[in-house]
Amino acid sequence: MRIYVCVKQVPDTAANIKLVDGTGYDPQVKYVANPYDEYGVEEAVKLVEGAGEGEVVAVCLGNDGADNSLRSIMAMGAHRSILVESDAQFIDPVQTARELAKAIKDDCGGTPDLVFTGKQSVDSEGMQTPYWLGAELGLPVVNQISGLEIDGTTATAQRELGSGVTETLSLSLPCVIGATKGLNEPRYPKLPAIMKAKKKKIDRVAPAAEAFDGFELAGMEPVAERSQARILEGETAQVVAELVNILKTEEKVI
Amino acid sequence: MTKVCVLIEASQGSVRDSVLGALAAASGDVAGLVLDGQADAYKEMLAGYGVNELINLGDGSLLDQPQAAGAALAKAVEESGSQALLGVATPWAADLLARAAVALKAPLALDCLSLDLAGKTLTKSHFSGKATAAFKLPEKVFVCGLRPNSLDPVERGVDCAVSQMDVAGLDGQGIQVTKREEAAAGTRDLTEAQVIISGGRPMGSSDNFKLLEDCAVLMNAAVGASRAAVDAGYADHAMQVGQTGKIVSPKLYIACGLSGSVQHCAGMKTSKVIVAVNTDKDAPIFTKSDYGIIGDLFEVVPELTKALEG
Repeated sequence: MRIYVCVKQVPDTAANIKLVDGTGYDPQVKYVANPYDEYGVEEAVKLVEGAGEGEVVAVCLGNDGADNSLRSIMAMGAHRSILVESDAQFIDPVQTARELAKAIKDDCGGTPDLVFTGKQSVDSEGMQTPYWLGAELGLPVVNQISGLEIDGTTATAQRELGSGVTETLSLSLPCVIGATKGLNEPRYPKLPAIMKAKKKKIDRVAPAAEAFDGFELAGMEPVAERSQARILEGETAQVVAELVNILKTEEKVI
Repeated sequence: MTKVCVLIEASQGSVRDSVLGALAAASGDVAGLVLDGQADAYKEMLAGYGVNELINLGDGSLLDQPQAAGAALAKAVEESGSQALLGVATPWAADLLARAAVALKAPLALDCLSLDLAGKTLTKSHFSGKATAAFKLPEKVFVCGLRPNSLDPVERGVDCAVSQMDVAGLDGQGIQVTKREEAAAGTRDLTEAQVIISGGRPMGSSDNFKLLEDCAVLMNAAVGASRAAVDAGYADHAMQVGQTGKIVSPKLYIACGLSGSVQHCAGMKTSKVIVAVNTDKDAPIFTKSDYGIIGDLFEVVPELTKALEG
């Protein structure tokens, strides 16, 4: 079995983002592999380990710096990587899916056995690449998956809808699965795995897919942060009474 | 006259409150798309929020076939000549909107904070809530899912007609819902709740979350948790608010024993009012809240419960 995992490199969620020139940001920040993608990587590696055979291939659309993210993914157990080289950080999700699909099809010479993605990236928060990827590959897609069992060519997947409702879905392999928290606990690679990952292969390919006419980014603005809470002081009963009064009469939220 | 379709999400026979917010973004001729076959039951209420037409997409059978349901939404958009498909970006609706967008080959924006059809722009969060990005709407059909609670409902009374669309023969790609486990009675949906009270690692045990539940009931609130509390096994991960959990936007968010990590705040910073309770006066949460109480949640929360009962 050969499993493809799609990985995006994104600014660390704890990084300070400095916006520049209206629609851009200062790229001199720490990058990591998109946290949701790690659930997909872990699941793929576990499946191959459990089967005792197979290969996990990471596929990424990104710039040279994505090497680091791919090394960390390979330290988790992916066998090799394909990097579709592009300098743009905000690429239309449809375009992204086309590039990833093309790289996957070229690599496997047809239809892959299974593809994982994260349910969304944490930078552009698009929440849609798995669906476009499925369409490009001609495969069924399920997203926001927090539980998965694979039996032969049938996948049984769980997803949580709002209000605590859990759905179980059944679909046939090959398919695209968008992973989220709950699916597994992504491993922290140990030193030998990190060293070994340095020797694993990253194939570089040029972007070649057709562009898509989507939403045009018109501008970005920093979100106004709260600065300092108004601290309510006094005895517990007194501050709580004050708080309830504020919430009821000033803020009118309860 | 513009024409838009809006996905009507319902739960156990009633339209979800957050749908009314999405309807506020719609204008012109509005067609509501109903998947559970219950359009007649929703007609009177939705007519009060500007819905001119309700279309039953089948009799409810598509609820168990998400891919076919997405294709049905796309078909309704095409047949009605609509310029957009709107909805609320709940997990259920976001999935269907995405499937519909792919079927329509239409640009898709999910979890949007605002949509201005006349001004031809929408906004959404970027970088885990650190920036707001504005996008120009395209001159072709598009699909937009709004973050729950991001828009207030606007009453707009119109006449509403119900019709039926044939959904036979749509390709479901073999994706089938085989089981649906409903939440325990009384569980309130985090993403839709107007008030949320959340606990962090200092909660110390799952039993102690009962403290928050007792308080939540009195405010019709949902109970949330931090990643640390979830990872420690004190709370179910469906309750997690933040980067790898749920993004929420209630009117009131009460953070009990939460440090205020970037990842957690990414999930709740668009709340209207944030109240923090923490023993550590230097905890970052106090710089990310509107009101703060420096104190032990095990004293403050029961006191709050008492005050709300009174």
